Amino acid sequence: MQAGAKKREESAAMKIAFSTSGENLDAPLDSRFGRAARFLVLDAEEGTFELIDNAQNLNAAQGAGIQSAENIIRAGADCLVSGHCGPKAFRVLQAAGVKIYNCTAATIAEALEQFKAGKLQAAAGADVEGHW
Amino acid sequence: MILAVASGKGGTGKTTFSVNLARVFNAPVQLLDCDVEEPNAHLFLNGTPLGNESVSISVPEVDESRCDGCGECGRFCRYKAIVAIKTSPLIFAELCHGCGGCAKICPRRAIREVPRPIGIVETSQSENITLVQGRLNIGETMAPPLIREVKKRLTKTMPAILDAPPGTSCPVVATLRDVDFALLVTEPTPFGLNDLKLAVAMVRELGLPFGVAINRCGVGDQRVHEYCHGETIPILAEIPDDRRIAEAYSRGRLIVDALPEYRDLLQNLWTEIGFMSAPFREAQP
Repeated sequence: MQAGAKKREESAAMKIAFSTSGENLDAPLDSRFGRAARFLVLDAEEGTFELIDNAQNLNAAQGAGIQSAENIIRAGADCLVSGHCGPKAFRVLQAAGVKIYNCTAATIAEALEQFKAGKLQAAAGADVEGHW
Repeated sequence: MILAVASGKGGTGKTTFSVNLARVFNAPVQLLDCDVEEPNAHLFLNGTPLGNESVSISVPEVDESRCDGCGECGRFCRYKAIVAIKTSPLIFAELCHGCGGCAKICPRRAIREVPRPIGIVETSQSENITLVQGRLNIGETMAPPLIREVKKRLTKTMPAILDAPPGTSCPVVATLRDVDFALLVTEPTPFGLNDLKLAVAMVRELGLPFGVAINRCGVGDQRVHEYCHGETIPILAEIPDDRRIAEAYSRGRLIVDALPEYRDLLQNLWTEIGFMSAPFREAQP
């Protein structure tokens, strides 16, 4: 029972979502979460990734952060690495147990390196207001 | 007869036309200030308060003991005011438009609706004018439900003027629904023209008879006039760029009181609107 729970936790830490305008690991890390063009969801163990389209939220009048949070939760992400995260998105991600890491790296590869090196700290709350 | 005074661009003179048209109307008239984010008609009327009422919209509340986390509510809500993924629903009441769909669709009947105050409706009387104005709570974004509440106070037996918010978005459309005529106020500047075109597209989409009033004639250029002539849109009134009007306005005085020479212009505007409005046209053989 305990071992099972531990195993789940280990494998659960393996899917990381990055906000981006590009389509591979060399692409820029988008500092915006809700209005990012897409998310790159990396399976850190396998080294494979999938791209989640987020275009529907680019011009959404409201609820972009909430919908984006839904998108990455459905993709099975356990962590989010993005520039900033507003209060509504934070609430949704937190409820689903997704950890949020604010990061200023220029590219996904750079952000991943910082993440792996343990240089990023899980955020305790939203770091910007809504509609920043 | 329900007249709406709208514009694309803000600050062109919607309220100036609304309050002055109301004052020169030679009978009791209702004035509804539908610019609920910043109502200002009252500044010119100094009315006697008749009362005010709080307005709420219905937002969901979840009984978590009944919720099984199926997520139907979140899939239904297009405004993302309720979200349920892997969890019992999270509610973002400030995004809720109060449609009640989530409560209806919930298979477990775990959602009930509770009122959330969004603003107030105030009524006052100033001579022949009964002013009804909505005042949205600070920080609130749900203008249309409050505008609909303001419009519910309309008395069918008395003519009404609806002072619309600027722009062409939901609050304006909520104001313009079911009116008999739209008066579009603009100014003869490139900004005025650009936003007038948007307003014209909106009232045409709504199928409303409409005409244009040009404020501060003499500033800017001739392009608003040329556009109206080209589109065969009637220009029903032109108020010149008169410094004395600005001075009266800055003191909260009505043009027709401070500068009686403008009374004819506004009374003629009523006559023009009467000829063009829907009830009159429908009465024609």
